[in-house]
Amino acid sequence: MSPMIDNAPLPAVDETSQPFWDGTALGELRVQRCAACGTRRFPPRPMCPACQSLDVEWEAMSGRATVWSFIVPHPPLLPAFMPVAPYNVIVVALDEDPALRMVGNLIADADASINSVDPATITIGEAVRVVFQPAGEEIVLPRWVRA
Amino acid sequence: MTIKDRTAIAGIGQTRFAKSLPESELAMACQAITAALDDAGIDPGEVDGMCSYTMEQNIEAEVARNVGLGDVTWFSQIGYGGGAGCGVVGNAAMAVATGQCHVAITWRSRKRGAATSRPWAQVSNRISGSWQWSRPWGLLRPVDEIAMLTRRYMHEYGATRDHLANVALASRKHANRNPAATMHDKTMTREQYLDARWISEPLCLFDNCLETDGAVAAVVVSAERARDLRQPPAVIHAFGQGLNQQHQVMTNYFRDDPLMGPAWTCAKVLWHNADLTPGDVDVAQIYDAFSPLIPLSLEGYGFCGRGEGAAFTEDGGLEWPDGRLPTNTSGAGMSEAYVHGFNLIAEGVRQIRGTSTSQVKGAETCLVTSGEGVPTSALLLTAAR
Ligand SMILES: [Zn+2]
Repeated sequence: MSPMIDNAPLPAVDETSQPFWDGTALGELRVQRCAACGTRRFPPRPMCPACQSLDVEWEAMSGRATVWSFIVPHPPLLPAFMPVAPYNVIVVALDEDPALRMVGNLIADADASINSVDPATITIGEAVRVVFQPAGEEIVLPRWVRA
Repeated sequence: MTIKDRTAIAGIGQTRFAKSLPESELAMACQAITAALDDAGIDPGEVDGMCSYTMEQNIEAEVARNVGLGDVTWFSQIGYGGGAGCGVVGNAAMAVATGQCHVAITWRSRKRGAATSRPWAQVSNRISGSWQWSRPWGLLRPVDEIAMLTRRYMHEYGATRDHLANVALASRKHANRNPAATMHDKTMTREQYLDARWISEPLCLFDNCLETDGAVAAVVVSAERARDLRQPPAVIHAFGQGLNQQHQVMTNYFRDDPLMGPAWTCAKVLWHNADLTPGDVDVAQIYDAFSPLIPLSLEGYGFCGRGEGAAFTEDGGLEWPDGRLPTNTSGAGMSEAYVHGFNLIAEGVRQIRGTSTSQVKGAETCLVTSGEGVPTSALLLTAAR
């Protein structure tokens, strides 16, 4: 089965988030870094809350992380997600800075579906690494496999 | 100068609560508001202030010309869905205390079939705003967003499903005593809770609030005026709103300490402006769209230490009449009705009047909170002294 989820909601890419999605298309997991004071931030936003600078750089992360929390959604769900339910959603904390977290899914391998891992085996704190999965024609989503 | 003790809730009103009611949201709003004015003994022509939620579909102008209000000199709306309720009343109190108006009506009318009742189900295929960082991965509904925090909370502090069951069972017991509650006739056992179907693990069906049609309204006037009206006043002793640093609405996973939500910030201003402490609170109405919001709020408002909210629910801690803090004594969102938390305000007023169906004996102080997990608000109601 293709891991793609037909009609799943996708991000509306804008001037703030474009470099993140350019990164995933290239196989890079990028976060913003303030060009003035160096503070990293995610999700992307225009201003650095530490120094109020609008100058942004993007830094590629190693893609290594740990599971911070996870859930297993069951119906009723958006129709797009019904065929793959129950599936998992995880929040990971990046190795570079555990206060940088991202929402994703734990999957068995880079081509697998979001219901490919037995939820009973997922544990908080386990090590994961990023993989990149096309979702529609323009967007590549980061997901996660066991490290 | 604060608004301490300067205003009061002088009237409350509500419609029937049910899974489905035939009336429109506008008709229900008008019904609840007129009931609240009648309860207070105030003529609609005297109303000159109005406040509701930004999510409320009935605009002030329509409500005013239906209910026959007078010339309105102050109106406002509060955002963030379930976080708004106490803020609606508190902002009306500020308007009354500062002379912008003299009689303010506050309300929420909501039908489950209405377009705004399940915003997550109307997701378009392209998501903007902060939800673009969660929904594409299947983190879709409010229950999913809170379940993620709940799993982490259980992991960090050793909370269990039994603790969440304590919350659901306390509300159900209280609803079984409240004829207005939609779950009045439906008892619940711990076994039924534990056997219920999953909605978003670790949360099951009974960790979720109800889906209800209904409307609730409250009338705010000066404390002085309230003394001469029909009902014993529920004095607004203190009021707070909270939006804490680096908070992201619902998907609050990105700040240093995601389990510390807006309740902590709201509590700071609430207690700072009060003559009372958490130990003085006789009874509480804590916003309960999801059961884990109760332990999180108990911690945020200072009834126990960090991570101790789950243990606080043990041994009937939330239950009328003998619990350490009888909580959600009408059945609240999980077992009375889900009116975006506004029914909790009405129950807070009944406790101060001494007319709750699970009346805490001699209750003089009631905390009412709005939703944790979003920018929030709270009221500390007291009997007139
Ligand atoms: Zn900076």
